[in-house]
Amino acid sequence: MPFSSPRNADLSPPRVGLFCTCLVDMIRPSVGFAAAKLLEEAGCDVDVPAQTCCGQPAFNSGDRATARALAEQVIAAFENFDYVVAPSGSCAGMIKAHYPELFTGEPDWTGRVDRFCAKVHELVSFLVDVRGVTRVDAAYDGTVTYHDSCSGLRELGVKDQPRALLASVEGLTLSEMVDADTCCGFGGTFCVKYPDVSNAIVEKKAANIVASGADTLLAGDLGCLMNMAGKLQRQGRPVVARHVAEVLAGMGDAPALGEPASEKAP
Amino acid sequence: MSVEITSPRFKDNAKRALADGPLQAALSKVGPGFIGKRTAAADKLPEFDALRDSARDIKDHTLAHLDLYLERFEEKVKAAGGHVHFAVDAADARDIVTKICRDLGARTVTKGKSMISEEIGLNDHLSAAGIEPVETDLGEYLIQIRGEAPSHIIAPAIHLNKEQVEEDFRRVHTHLAPERNLSEPTALLAEARGELRQKFLVADVGITGANFLVAETGTSIIVTNEGNGDLTQTLPKAHIVLASLEKLVPTLEDVSQLLRVLARSATGQEMSVYTTFSTGPRRPGDPDGPGEYHVVILDNGRSGMLGGPLKEMLRCIRCGACMNHCPVYHAVGGHAYGWVYPGPMGSVLTPALIGIEKGANLPNASTFCGRCEEVCPVRIPLPKLMRHWREKEFERHLTPAPQRYGLAVWGFFARRGWLYRPATGLAMTLLSVLGRKKGRFAALPLAGGWTGHRDFPAPEGGTFQAQWRAQRAARNTRHANRDAKKDARP
Repeated sequence: MPFSSPRNADLSPPRVGLFCTCLVDMIRPSVGFAAAKLLEEAGCDVDVPAQTCCGQPAFNSGDRATARALAEQVIAAFENFDYVVAPSGSCAGMIKAHYPELFTGEPDWTGRVDRFCAKVHELVSFLVDVRGVTRVDAAYDGTVTYHDSCSGLRELGVKDQPRALLASVEGLTLSEMVDADTCCGFGGTFCVKYPDVSNAIVEKKAANIVASGADTLLAGDLGCLMNMAGKLQRQGRPVVARHVAEVLAGMGDAPALGEPASEKAP
Repeated sequence: MSVEITSPRFKDNAKRALADGPLQAALSKVGPGFIGKRTAAADKLPEFDALRDSARDIKDHTLAHLDLYLERFEEKVKAAGGHVHFAVDAADARDIVTKICRDLGARTVTKGKSMISEEIGLNDHLSAAGIEPVETDLGEYLIQIRGEAPSHIIAPAIHLNKEQVEEDFRRVHTHLAPERNLSEPTALLAEARGELRQKFLVADVGITGANFLVAETGTSIIVTNEGNGDLTQTLPKAHIVLASLEKLVPTLEDVSQLLRVLARSATGQEMSVYTTFSTGPRRPGDPDGPGEYHVVILDNGRSGMLGGPLKEMLRCIRCGACMNHCPVYHAVGGHAYGWVYPGPMGSVLTPALIGIEKGANLPNASTFCGRCEEVCPVRIPLPKLMRHWREKEFERHLTPAPQRYGLAVWGFFARRGWLYRPATGLAMTLLSVLGRKKGRFAALPLAGGWTGHRDFPAPEGGTFQAQWRAQRAARNTRHANRDAKKDARP
């Protein structure tokens, strides 16, 4: 059985497979590097095996066969790591909370899948809850507001961990928005299947972000960030968006999401 | 009100709802009103989550032994002098109710709030039979005079504002002085109360729904805040209870647990103002009560859900918490869902009752944010059940073609990493170059759904995986060179 248990951190660093997520892979590689940096600083040995997607778009579109095929692919690529970490509550939630459903009633798989899922974590909660990180060595000059992405919040309990680490970032002020834990209207394929409804939801979110007075929006999921940033930019709001990992890794000076390279971050 | 099914036109309905100013103003109060109250009520009760577990278990147990409890309930109702009628479908239920009314020579029927009545389209049927139905729940009364369906399962007229109500009252209550002042909600309430008082007194039959049916005693229970239910069921010659079969609960002890989560989840009240227990008709010596007591138990497809992948939906106690916490419901309101049951619970139940062909939009119109499941007092995994419908839709090739093909192309690449990585690398490089100047796109071919409302970020360029491998390779080369130098030293 290809399975290795987490090793004693004192003896050898845990081997972490970084599941970068397809959006980070394609749209914003910086988030992947920020995640790798944070993991290495937390004493992990990081590697990025060849990967595509966790299968969530297929799973939530009712295409179980494709979701199942992609799940097998992910398990095969990552099961030899001590931990599997994703800079996304949505993808980590898909794997951890939903992969077991894809293999129910298959005794050949269930044990293997359960053992695999036990090793899967969202990045920031992994740093805090598993690696015991309490502070980061980073600075960010700005007022940020943090959006709780739904899957991370409700499937994995990611809420206090990012706020705890953000509190240690030098120069950063957190200004909470109203309804930080309300959906931004992204919903994966939902935002293009029901664009008008999605837009109405993200308009409310954008208004709450602006009302917080923050100059930077942070979240732990690139999909939600693209949705909110895209709305804020369409409205001409002076709020930029970044993945929380970028700021925690001290990489908050790169151009913000959807901003041109010449413009400096606040 | 028999409802035309417009669920297949959800997108158009939603578009109209989003452009409806008064509706949007009304909807903006739903979230802040209900969510805060529920949270406060739940926080005040330390055992609230334990009660939810218990509520779930009670419903699961009942559903697993439903035949037993239905028989027991029927026995007990008969013993108390009442009648139980089992209705296979909506037509059956309408006929049963109409026959009871006809046999009593009824001309006017008062009605307490009943979603089953909406589901079976009872009012139109009664009217066609020459029997006047009068809704006595204020919200139901409002939508009845407007010829609308409810837009919420516990607050049927939540889509209306007081100006609209005033307008409707002036249009319908033409026998009242036109110069009367109706600017205050209390004046509207007083007028409705005055109108309904007469109806209560002349009604021949009273019809109510039921929040619970208690097997051990043959009791039907309604919870209300207006007291209209009591007048509806006590004053006329007969009381007809309309309930679907999953309303069964074994004992009064069980009901008392369910009641503790119901009102808190619904309105944030510890208890609703009235919780009324009815067991049989008036007994000799009773000061009041109906001469006849009938319970019509509706199946309408529900027994087919027992033991199947949707069985958890039958736990629903109709509190409305799922829609109160739903971002999609907040955006478009209940009418957009196009039939009787809106919001997350409606998105699961509607396809089961009207068919996935007509109901397919509803389980798709969810962001899967999971808040409905988080607040459900009987812990129904609503997103999972909506996903079940999406799977049925996909299996039966009902998924819209563009979506299906898009998914197939994406799936083809995602399953072939060796093809996916160079393809995404190439595509992202291209997009990155095109979008470099502005950092984002205001329009993109084939992405109108996205860029119609928001910008799309230009990718940074090159995939993470390719860059990571390049960096690792460079690092390994550096290390190798260093080691080689070390080795070369004398």
